[in-house]
Amino acid sequence: MPPHKIGTEAQIVQFTNCRILRGHELIWEDLWIREGRILDPEKLFFEEKKSADVKKDCEGHILAPGFIDVQINGGFGVDFSLTHEDISAGVALVAKNLLAYGVTSFCPTLVTSPPDVYHKVLPQITVRNGSSKGAGVLGAHVEGPFISHEKRGAHPDSHLRTFEGDAFQELLKTYGSLDNIAIITLAPELKRSHEVIKELTSRGVCVSVGHSVSHLKEAEEAVRNGARFITHLFNAMLPFHHRDPGIVGLLTSDQIAPEQQVFFGMIADGIHTHPAALRIAHRAHPKGLVLVTDALPALGLGNGRHTLGQQEIEVDGLRCCVAGTNTLCGSVASLDTCVRHFLQATGCSVETALEAATLHPAQLLGIEKQKGTLDFGSDADFVVLDDSLNVKATYIAGDLVWKDKTFSH
Amino acid sequence: MKLIILEDALQASEWAAKYIRNRIVQFQPGPTRYFTLGLPTGTTPLHCYKKLIEYYKNGDLSFKYVKTFNMDEYVGIPRDHPESFHSYMWNNFFKHIDICPTNAYILDGNASDLQTECDTFEKKIKEAGGIELCVGGIGTEGHIAFNEPGSSLVSRTRVKTLAMDTILANSRYFDGELSKVPKMVLTVGVGTVMDAREVMILITGAQKALALHKAIEEGINHMWTVSAFQQHPRVIFVCDEDATLELKVKTVKYFKGLMIVHNKLVEPLYSMKEAKDSQPSKRPYSD
Repeated sequence: MPPHKIGTEAQIVQFTNCRILRGHELIWEDLWIREGRILDPEKLFFEEKKSADVKKDCEGHILAPGFIDVQINGGFGVDFSLTHEDISAGVALVAKNLLAYGVTSFCPTLVTSPPDVYHKVLPQITVRNGSSKGAGVLGAHVEGPFISHEKRGAHPDSHLRTFEGDAFQELLKTYGSLDNIAIITLAPELKRSHEVIKELTSRGVCVSVGHSVSHLKEAEEAVRNGARFITHLFNAMLPFHHRDPGIVGLLTSDQIAPEQQVFFGMIADGIHTHPAALRIAHRAHPKGLVLVTDALPALGLGNGRHTLGQQEIEVDGLRCCVAGTNTLCGSVASLDTCVRHFLQATGCSVETALEAATLHPAQLLGIEKQKGTLDFGSDADFVVLDDSLNVKATYIAGDLVWKDKTFSH
Repeated sequence: MKLIILEDALQASEWAAKYIRNRIVQFQPGPTRYFTLGLPTGTTPLHCYKKLIEYYKNGDLSFKYVKTFNMDEYVGIPRDHPESFHSYMWNNFFKHIDICPTNAYILDGNASDLQTECDTFEKKIKEAGGIELCVGGIGTEGHIAFNEPGSSLVSRTRVKTLAMDTILANSRYFDGELSKVPKMVLTVGVGTVMDAREVMILITGAQKALALHKAIEEGINHMWTVSAFQQHPRVIFVCDEDATLELKVKTVKYFKGLMIVHNKLVEPLYSMKEAKDSQPSKRPYSD
């Protein structure tokens, strides 16, 4: 006798024959989805007395939450910092192509730019849910212009700014509005930065320290005022010194309250950070590690010359430098490549490698109840991976939005 | 009664699973003819459930036309508590098979009126046509379900307060803390299980040996409630060697000698794959 259908007629889908990442472990368990959310099948059985409408065999693969990239400058020829392009269409193109890398949510990143660029671009980077059209946009990551001159990296010198003058108002004038901004990277040694950090945090913006010559003390002060992220650890900051650890010292600082967890981004492409340094950072503070791509517009395009904001860059394999120099300026490694490299370089568990690209970025942005996990009630954004962590299929809100041609779904 | 003695707990569980399988397959359940099964919880039947799941996954057995009635549930712990019998049944059985959620009946230990809940449960069993086969275990105090020593042998489904021995035995499931163990349960009565057309009791391990001896070699006594089944026309006790440690050598030898006959209940092993073509085999004589 089929179960009597009461209430909503939404389809219940049961993914079987899979290992899912839940409770920090990979377990042989089915994943149940209804109306774009992950469903508790026990509750469904005993309270609603329903069973699955559709079953999908996952061939023994791994089901992980969809990957979240909080630092990506563009891709597939699109540069988020360039105004002469149709920004909305550019974001949409990147969002669509990221699905093949298992990315279901991302923060389009803008490098240091003049105010008119922010005023034009930011309103077009609207926060939105993912779908078959592409990965979801969580908000923009504005990296600069309030950063250190010395550690600007590939950021153009002429557009760097300070907080002198009007501090927070200065920042607001520069960006135009905070509406679509999720993360701001700034240098905490800049005068009056701490009042800015405090104000930004109170308004729900995630503040990150980076591109900075700050010493540990200033960085700790920044964290006490609300900063909770470090932009690409080791890169564009003072090197670790045993008597002056600099920003790197935040990983093991005892001056930070336990409830103020500090996260740190790492570009695990094998080029930006030596595997030994990756291991040191991971072992010092494993729960805070967030894998980011810092990907360039050249992502997905292969070798050659491309643009980044107002500058020209040169791509050779996975290595990207400011044209004519040896200054690294970003990466063309996709996030799933970074997950695989991180796994291999650190020898960590599969669960740890996956959480660095899912749970941790979600926790950073305070959205771990909806994204970054396969817990009951969270959004059904997930990826199907083989044992080597290659992406076989990507799902957003329970819908198949990308699949490898060898996969059966 | 039939006393089935296997070498160890695993073999005993497997024999029990095979028997349940054959009973369901040969019953030929369908949309107008459900097989009603009474089910236990605890450590003893775990391997039996695993085998039944295996039979389902191989396509040899389906629970589509099976109705299940669990024998008991704790009072006052949330339905999704990891130690509730709802959780046990979901994780160890229901989630792996094709049973319809509307056909799985478990007492609700959080009902606003517990006695009404018990009365309704009795009614549901009646409406389902009574229980065809009730599978149970035995406590170290010889109790069936939570019919503690002193329970009426004609009792029905009701609220019971647990004896200290039972609370102690259950504390291993609650971090060893007595304060966390529920003190009250809803349980089917001895009379309720006696109404089943057939009863199968699984007993394994040396700690159950005294209970088995009291249940089958001594008189019917409400201090050892499983002894009530001496008056049931169709009961099978499935046990391992360790559980027979307190029995008379004579008893054990007699029933071991009968294994050649009793094994015909599980050999051949029938499958739903050929259920349509097969004829139910001749039953070995009862005794």
